[in-house]
Amino acid sequence: MKQFLIFTKKEFYHIFRDRWTTLILLVLPILMIILFGFGITTEIKNTKFAVYDPSRDVASQGIINKFSTSEYFTLSEYLDSPEQIEKLFQKGKIGLVIVFSEKFHENILHTGEAQVQLILDGTDPNTALTLTNYATQIINLYQQEQKESKNILYQIKSEIKLLYNPTLKGEYNTVPGVMGMVLMLICAMMTSVSIAREKELGTMEVLLVSPMKPIIIILSKVVPYFFLSLINLTTILLLSVFVLKVPIVGSLWLLIFVSLIFIFVALALGLLISSVVEKQMVALLISGMALMMPIILLSGLMFPIENMPIVLQWISNIIPAKWFIIAVKNVMIKGLGIASIINEIIILTSMAVILTAISLKKFKTRLE
Amino acid sequence: MKVISANNLTKTFGDFIAVDNISFDVSKGEIFGFLGANGAGKTTAIKMLCGLSKPTSGKGFVAGFDVEKESEQVKKNIGYMSQKFALYEDLKVWENIRLYAGIYGVPEKEISSKTDLLLESIGFQKEKNTLVKSLPLGWKQKLAFSVSIIHEPKIVFLDEPTGGVDPLARRKFWELIYQAADKGITVFVTTHYMDEAEYCNRVTIMVDGKIEALDTPQNLKTEFNQNSMDGVFHQLARKSIRKAD
Repeated sequence: MKQFLIFTKKEFYHIFRDRWTTLILLVLPILMIILFGFGITTEIKNTKFAVYDPSRDVASQGIINKFSTSEYFTLSEYLDSPEQIEKLFQKGKIGLVIVFSEKFHENILHTGEAQVQLILDGTDPNTALTLTNYATQIINLYQQEQKESKNILYQIKSEIKLLYNPTLKGEYNTVPGVMGMVLMLICAMMTSVSIAREKELGTMEVLLVSPMKPIIIILSKVVPYFFLSLINLTTILLLSVFVLKVPIVGSLWLLIFVSLIFIFVALALGLLISSVVEKQMVALLISGMALMMPIILLSGLMFPIENMPIVLQWISNIIPAKWFIIAVKNVMIKGLGIASIINEIIILTSMAVILTAISLKKFKTRLE
Repeated sequence: MKVISANNLTKTFGDFIAVDNISFDVSKGEIFGFLGANGAGKTTAIKMLCGLSKPTSGKGFVAGFDVEKESEQVKKNIGYMSQKFALYEDLKVWENIRLYAGIYGVPEKEISSKTDLLLESIGFQKEKNTLVKSLPLGWKQKLAFSVSIIHEPKIVFLDEPTGGVDPLARRKFWELIYQAADKGITVFVTTHYMDEAEYCNRVTIMVDGKIEALDTPQNLKTEFNQNSMDGVFHQLARKSIRKAD
């Protein structure tokens, strides 16, 4: 116990005597959440749109008004013929064209059905998907209003994708993602680098020759980063609630519980990396390339998983952050209970157990 | 009294025989030199005796304990210092001493008096609060050695402790080794500096994983008809077919 305390204290000296380590550990998470929250946002505002509307009636005008008053779209022009559409896209000044059918309002009244065509530039599928979501949402909203005020019944195509994010805020997607990224960075990268450093300095040899038990060495390496990640978790949650205005709808304790499991997964990954590498640089590169990149690219933080090729979707299943992000979204944003994330909890816990077992075994063999 | 005893110790990595069937005994208080070119197998041998590496075959006993089966007991009785010194550069001198005292299991109430004693013995009182990274190499080495015996082990293993240090600093370092030996600590030291071999009570010379000679420096010089250990070593090392790494 004494050994453990002395050794843990020493780890904190390492962290706080190196200005860069301190910065990375305490300031980077804050920067990341602010950058991702405000700067790098996946939401798209003020997209210019054009309209081809042969009907020019109450209904089509109503929909166009809804579009132009939303913050996502700005009306650019009315077109005289469908032939102009392609030229507009070629100029690249427009993100969406809305084409109404002839006798739009009449059709609604008589048949209860009418057609709107949304034309988008498909060269950027993510933007196109986002815009489609915005547009269908706006059309649905219009239908909903008509139904309520005039009691006119017509076909409503329900769009559930953005149900829990009615204001379409990008931060709702960012916060869980950044939480996953920061916790992974602090726990896995820092733990693996700090153990690799002991190997590089030769102090690991001395520790292994000393009467100190290997499990104590591992624990005292891991515990400081565990504490720091708790601090980071708190900062991120505070920033999300008070700065980014993303509320914690569900249970805070459940959220903390899931985060703790994820922290264990990350710490185990850090241990595993450090048990196979000898140099700090390699530990840094492996955790950077093998942990951070997949989180950014494949966990659903930046790009929707549904849009990925099937192989990548399959690969994304082995990324712990993916499950963590789903769980955080369910608890924090949607306010769901433990029943909704039981799968994620089971998957993350198994990952933690398996990874810890492997890394402990690997660490012991270093003594042989 | 034998404190280290190696009986046919062998370590192989795949086809490569790093240490080939070596046997020797070291008595209490002896300064036992382990000489050899780079890659001769010195470090592997020392690692087996410290319990860091498992012998492929053969037996090793340190302080009366089997290095393979009772490595926990072995660890309680030894100190270890490698060529990397293994001090924490971003910790102060006294913090390093305290840390290692704790790691080596020195009782809590003795730590502060032992720390003072250690600082005094190497004349480091003024450097107590200095960060280790700002100490000169020779000083770090002295500190690393003193720290490795702070728990008064029966045996201290030194793996090329004087690498990269000038001859004067090496001499001063050997004074510390003699002081330790006077206190009854057995010193097992590897080196490739032949002048240091002269300071040892007995030396073994390893060539390609095998022990080629083992005796006092004086006897070896007579036997091989050379006037320095350097000459003895060269005569033996000529046989080596293994490339230095």
